[in-house]
Amino acid sequence: MSTSPAAPGDHAGRLGGERSGPSLPDLMAGATFVAFGLAFAIGGSQYDVGTALRMGSGYVPIALGGLLTFLGLVIVVASFRGVDPTVANADRGPIPWQRMGLLVGAIMFFGFTVGGLGLGPSLLVTTFLAALAGHGTRPGRAAVIAIGLTALCLGVFVFALQLRLPILGDWLGG
Amino acid sequence: MDGILLGLEVALQPSNILICLLGVTLGTAVGVLPGIGPTATVALLLPITFSFDPVASLIMLAGIYYGAQYGGSTTAILLNLPGESSAVVTALDGHQMAKQGRAGPALATAALGSFFAGTVATVLVALFAPPLASAALKFGPADYFSIVVLGLLASIALASGSAVKALAMIVLGLLLGTIGQDGFTGVPRFTFGVREMYGGLDFVSLAVGLFGLAEIIRNLEHRINPSLVTKKVEGLWLTKEDFRRIRMPVLRGTTMGSLLGVLPGGGHVLASFTSYSLEKRISKNPEQFGRGAIEGVAAPESANNAAAQTSFIPLLTLGLPAHPVMALLVGAFIIQGIQPGPDVIETEPELFWGLIASFWIGNLLLVMLNLPLIGLWVRMLSVPYSVLFPAIIAFASIGCYSLGLNSWDVFAVAAAGLLGYFLIRWGCEAAPLLLGFVLGPLLEENLRRAMIISRGDPSVFVTRPISATLLALALIIVVAALLPSVRQKREVVFSGEDD
Repeated sequence: MSTSPAAPGDHAGRLGGERSGPSLPDLMAGATFVAFGLAFAIGGSQYDVGTALRMGSGYVPIALGGLLTFLGLVIVVASFRGVDPTVANADRGPIPWQRMGLLVGAIMFFGFTVGGLGLGPSLLVTTFLAALAGHGTRPGRAAVIAIGLTALCLGVFVFALQLRLPILGDWLGG
Repeated sequence: MDGILLGLEVALQPSNILICLLGVTLGTAVGVLPGIGPTATVALLLPITFSFDPVASLIMLAGIYYGAQYGGSTTAILLNLPGESSAVVTALDGHQMAKQGRAGPALATAALGSFFAGTVATVLVALFAPPLASAALKFGPADYFSIVVLGLLASIALASGSAVKALAMIVLGLLLGTIGQDGFTGVPRFTFGVREMYGGLDFVSLAVGLFGLAEIIRNLEHRINPSLVTKKVEGLWLTKEDFRRIRMPVLRGTTMGSLLGVLPGGGHVLASFTSYSLEKRISKNPEQFGRGAIEGVAAPESANNAAAQTSFIPLLTLGLPAHPVMALLVGAFIIQGIQPGPDVIETEPELFWGLIASFWIGNLLLVMLNLPLIGLWVRMLSVPYSVLFPAIIAFASIGCYSLGLNSWDVFAVAAAGLLGYFLIRWGCEAAPLLLGFVLGPLLEENLRRAMIISRGDPSVFVTRPISATLLALALIIVVAALLPSVRQKREVVFSGEDD
């Protein structure tokens, strides 16, 4: 971790927008690693741990989970000492929560419905939701994009590549 | 020699030439799209290749990879939007050349330099891979464990940014790799009782999420209006003076790239950065660099492509991926029922030599295709992002679903994308995570095997000479990466990325 003095313009990365306090990106990264490390270590302890000679299924996850927790703590501690310059210098806008939600929703919708609705209808909704995430894309334009992309994908995947995916699914009697 | 002839015989079959051509074209077409780097391109196009037989599918993948690299350089030069860190340096002078109306020569330099470097590096792979593979056959589980550790730790030294974060990303990748059925005992781990998760997280989903979806969310932070400097590229040909100027940089870049490409973790990134700074240092007119010096395009492009080629050496001889694209190729090998490693030359000579011969053919096709077709690629560049990213979402969803008709593979894309977006935003690079994920099972399996053979004595890792040497190397790399003086140099090398 770098202990170099904070670069100008990094105040957005600090808690409360003040010059003092932990560097928020580093703190969050460290906390994420601690959370994952603990989750894997605790989850791994439900399996047979075994011995160093005959390691059980839990041995490696517990060891690595512990290591990740330790590394996460190191990053958390370091976050109080200075900002990682690669984060501080990055020109980042605010997190686009809505657009992100639309994209994730589009993908999840596809996963849930592609089997039941079939490729055609499922893809139409997915591309429509995804297109809505664009800057300045209104529903009308998103619908046009969705229809065009669905036709393109059906052409590429079903007709050209012969993937055996039903265009209409069971739910629609296809 | 017999090997190369066998390879040419395989690669020159009309169907395989066609496959290679298709791969190169698709790779360039997708790779040229702004915001999609080579890794995302290969991950997105991977599902398409699975409908072919193993040799054809790997030839196509290699073609996609070169095409994507070339496409990435085109985007870097014309739009100043490098798709991946290895193209960042190309953008420095290449985009300046384009602004001065010399986009044609810049693109031609990139293509010719890449072709030369690719040719030399292919010969190197053919020369050095077989002896290395037969040496690797002597490796025991302890040695394998140590070489994986070396590979993973070396990727930290080459990652930009915080070394501790890179290490944490590797460990997180290793942990994600333990999800699914335990290869030793058959116990399903971290599957929450979901049968579809027994096979583990799908690596294509992870790669598409980390490098595709995360990148899209990042791009949506701002309204992006890439300014195409030129709608038309004219005057592709280089002058005699240009040829004279690029000759030595191409040679030096090729040498540097061939050597550094073998390094795990990101040798190709390092290769393009070092060869650029070398040219700048020895140039008589260093002030021209950054203002459209043709040497500043020739050297890193050659280095980049040579490294792309020689990074196949650890993959084909040890089964170790040197960077994320190679990690995707490991997955492709495994899906085709081939375990990449030292045996591949013996058990699948057609595949091994066919692949090597098609490297060269792929490079040749790139030069022959891309310069005449440049007008088409420029048109691809003008596809608006508002249409492009929903298309990527659609392709990613269908591609990941079609691999196993498993909805969980699609959900994994969303999860990996969210995880990747936030971690990248918080200053953690995604590449070490993917490397850890792919190498995790290999690491665990060899660790457990080595411990059984040594009857639970961990000293086996330092008493076997091969293993001890590898671990010592790994230690040196970690210490070096943490030393203040080297850290500063690393920051200087990577500081170019912020420009």
